[in-house]
Amino acid sequence: MRYITRALANDKTSALRGLTEGIPHNKALGIQALELDKGTALFVLRYDPKLVGNPDTGTLHGGAITALLDGASGASVFAALAEWKPIATLDLRIDYQRAADAGKDVLCRAHCYKVTKNVAFTRAVAYHDDEADPIATSAGTFMLGTKPGGKRS
Amino acid sequence: MTILDQLIAAKANKDYAAMFEAIPYARLLGLAPEVDGDGLITRMKYGEHTIGNAALPAIHGGAIGALLESAAIFELLYRAETIVLPKTITITVDYLRSAGPHDTFARGSITRHGRRVANVRVEAWQTDRTQPVATAHAIFLVMS
Repeated sequence: MRYITRALANDKTSALRGLTEGIPHNKALGIQALELDKGTALFVLRYDPKLVGNPDTGTLHGGAITALLDGASGASVFAALAEWKPIATLDLRIDYQRAADAGKDVLCRAHCYKVTKNVAFTRAVAYHDDEADPIATSAGTFMLGTKPGGKRS
Repeated sequence: MTILDQLIAAKANKDYAAMFEAIPYARLLGLAPEVDGDGLITRMKYGEHTIGNAALPAIHGGAIGALLESAAIFELLYRAETIVLPKTITITVDYLRSAGPHDTFARGSITRHGRRVANVRVEAWQTDRTQPVATAHAIFLVMS
């Protein structure tokens, strides 16, 4: 992930590509990073029948929304840090407000609203067209400066 | 046959694999049931498509979250007398350790099953059952 923060300062396009092409789970699900700015990230999940939780309604599985919210939230932390640090999700709470509509892409805007010495705090919202009509919202905390291997210091 | 009919038929036949296969996203993630003396375990087969950090490598937090949510739902379907499709209201995942390139297992336990709402706790682990990689608690709407 180091190159993403480096790229963020110099070349935003390659940072966005890194978050999309460089993360196999995002590629498998059809999650793309669209925008990164100071402490914010905008991601999209492309609708695909393989992501469905209820085949009768065509509604996306909650797990696909989880991956979208988690990925965008993590990216917003990278976008909030002045210099690169490894990060690890401590916890993520997701509240589902309504089912996603069949056939529609899902956008996710994440905001890292506070960074302390050890911990970053995020909020994110997943929606179709209108952020005021959310599919799901999340609150996350991330540990900063984790040891190589993803272990917490 | 509706999804509910499929789940009811699978449960009547104790064919839990059919229950998992009825859900497209469970197929994509590579989820499969294992039944032991204590009940149902949901297994997520390791695959490159679950990776979030290719350098470590580590499984994506979203894949772990999806496994925990699915394991909670399958636990409700496994234990329920009357099958309804649980709708997730909220889930909170605590990430405890980096999940490496291995199969991941999860077991749910229902803490309360009311008329409208069910509360479920879930734990996920990999090679060592005593070293969970993540835990979650989730609340579902369980009305027919």
